Amino acid sequence: MTDSEVLHAEHRLEYPYSRSTGPVIGAFLTGLREGRLLGATGSDGRIIVPPTEYDPITSDDVGELVEVGPGGVIESWAWVAEPLRKHPHQTPFAWALVTLDGADTALLHTVIAPGPDALATGDRVTARFRPEAERIGSMSDLEGFVPEGGAS
Amino acid sequence: MSAAGRTVRPVSIASFAQAQSVRRESERNEAESLHPVIAEVFANIGITKDDVDFICSGSTDYLIGGPFSFVMALDAVGVWPPRSESHVEMDGAWALYEAWVLLQEGEVDAALVYSFGRSSLGDLNEILTLQLDPYYEAPLWPDIVSLNALQARALIDSGKATEADFAAVASRSRRDALANPKAQVRKDVPVEELLEDEYVVAPLRRHALPPITDGAAAIVLAAGDKALQWSERPVWITGFDHRMETHSLGARDLTVSPSTAKAAEVAGVADGKVDIAEIHAPFAHQELIVAEALGLDDSVVINPSGGPLAANPLMSAGLIRIGEAASRIAAGQADRAVAHATSGPCLQQNLVCVLEGA
Amino acid sequence: MADEQTDAAGPVTMLATPIRLDFEFTPGIAQSKFLRGLERGEFLGQRCGTCGKVYVPSRGTCPTDGVPTTEDVLLGNSGTVTTFCVVNVPFAGQSIEIPYICAQILLDGANLSFMGLIQEIPTDQIRMGMRVEAVWVDESELIPSLASVRYFRPTGEPDADYDTYKEYL
Repeated sequence: MTDSEVLHAEHRLEYPYSRSTGPVIGAFLTGLREGRLLGATGSDGRIIVPPTEYDPITSDDVGELVEVGPGGVIESWAWVAEPLRKHPHQTPFAWALVTLDGADTALLHTVIAPGPDALATGDRVTARFRPEAERIGSMSDLEGFVPEGGAS
Repeated sequence: MSAAGRTVRPVSIASFAQAQSVRRESERNEAESLHPVIAEVFANIGITKDDVDFICSGSTDYLIGGPFSFVMALDAVGVWPPRSESHVEMDGAWALYEAWVLLQEGEVDAALVYSFGRSSLGDLNEILTLQLDPYYEAPLWPDIVSLNALQARALIDSGKATEADFAAVASRSRRDALANPKAQVRKDVPVEELLEDEYVVAPLRRHALPPITDGAAAIVLAAGDKALQWSERPVWITGFDHRMETHSLGARDLTVSPSTAKAAEVAGVADGKVDIAEIHAPFAHQELIVAEALGLDDSVVINPSGGPLAANPLMSAGLIRIGEAASRIAAGQADRAVAHATSGPCLQQNLVCVLEGA
Repeated sequence: MADEQTDAAGPVTMLATPIRLDFEFTPGIAQSKFLRGLERGEFLGQRCGTCGKVYVPSRGTCPTDGVPTTEDVLLGNSGTVTTFCVVNVPFAGQSIEIPYICAQILLDGANLSFMGLIQEIPTDQIRMGMRVEAVWVDESELIPSLASVRYFRPTGEPDADYDTYKEYL
């Protein structure tokens, strides 16, 4: 059978998922809506960001949530010169793993900067939240990080 | 000899077959593409579907965008009379592990394991985002290339590797694939030329990324009498283990692979000399991380098949590593080999299989 | 400072995470043949060379023997209702007015039944074994889809013998 006889069709799969957050993830997202970043206390006292419900090593319930950031350090980054359609920014930006001040694990998010030359591992960045009226309790409440010292 | 990961009952890889890896299988559906592979894996050793007691497959509905897609693939096997069958939403290497466990327990004496997937049907960048944490990571839609770029940069920043090292892996892989007619990307391009490629997401240039591949593979496992009847030189699985790290990317050190190291330890990689290692590292920088975690020295030949940089049929690339390693032992080109498979973003979950010729 | 603020909206308990993925769907060679047959107003099946069964629609391999079905078989327009149900419950996306009859139809010469809509008969008169024939859309409206078949209707023939379809229940 030739390729022209074999049929092809577009198939779109779309679901409007709505997920219950539970108390730990819910508290983190509530914090984002309030313009704050929170971490959970692990079994050995280290601060896990973003918070997991259980300690990833001991599986114990995590302890209290504490505030971290808003400043932090870039652990690694990747410049996106041509954003894909679902990326959080549609102009060039960087993905980054950022260890917030007071945290022992890194948060995956984005850095808004003029270009890749403005960024390096080890740089300090600070969180930039969207205006309060636009925050809904999701990771996008955090617009991204910006280099500390104002370059944005 | 009963520690976890070491074999209790000798199990051999009796037969291996794979589809031609192509950029796009545009005509045949999954069952039609898979059927010749199943037919070949049986014909290699002169058996039929009635000679295996258990069937296990690895595939994912996310590649085709439809539910229970693995059920239609059973048409390629012919499951009548009703068969004992299982499926994992994973690379076929994990389906092999499940079959191996059943064989270890003495429940069955032979198993058919197969995997398939057409990466060409959807947008892998979007599909693979759905394996991430649904609350914290997936809603930002980070693509697999960007995440690997984070890992690659971390590796460079740690001083353990350079972009030239990544290019060397890519150059060697696709050059070695010239000897593998089943591979997709087969060419001899020197490192200097590769380093002129544009970045897709720095520090990853196009050559450091796997190709998009449609493909399939199958393996027959045998134990006891069947293992000896079906192979002149049985290839024994002497160690088999898999481990998983946390799904939170920021909680991992992306420059090392403790899950691979642990699986290698439990499977007994260091118990003897390793001639060949088939490593499932779809991104060039990952091979360096895995080779270190496996404890390989420079004497080991890595990915003589060309590896996933030459052909990366999602859901089959790991099973193919095991099959390629087994083939070379069966052909007398090696006595002892390590095969590795990975799943999840940036080497989150890793499987190690140790093979030895009789 | 933050401790004194009250959150009027209450703590977050749900997160909307809509997913959309776009795919290319290809039915494959055998199913494309079946669909192309519908475009010509025909039911095309395939026969297994090992067991001799005729599958319609065919997926390209025999599900019992695991061998490719390479022989095309043109089937007729008539068949037997092996089983049926009368749908009374409304559901989202329903395009047919309830109540309606949904039946498994075994075309003459086939060894596999498929689902179809039955019309031109009151819903309380449908029976297992009833003989039915396909009603197609106008020739100008034929497309490679089961939508080319409007429905099946009774032929008026005597019901088929139970023995002729009892293996297909």
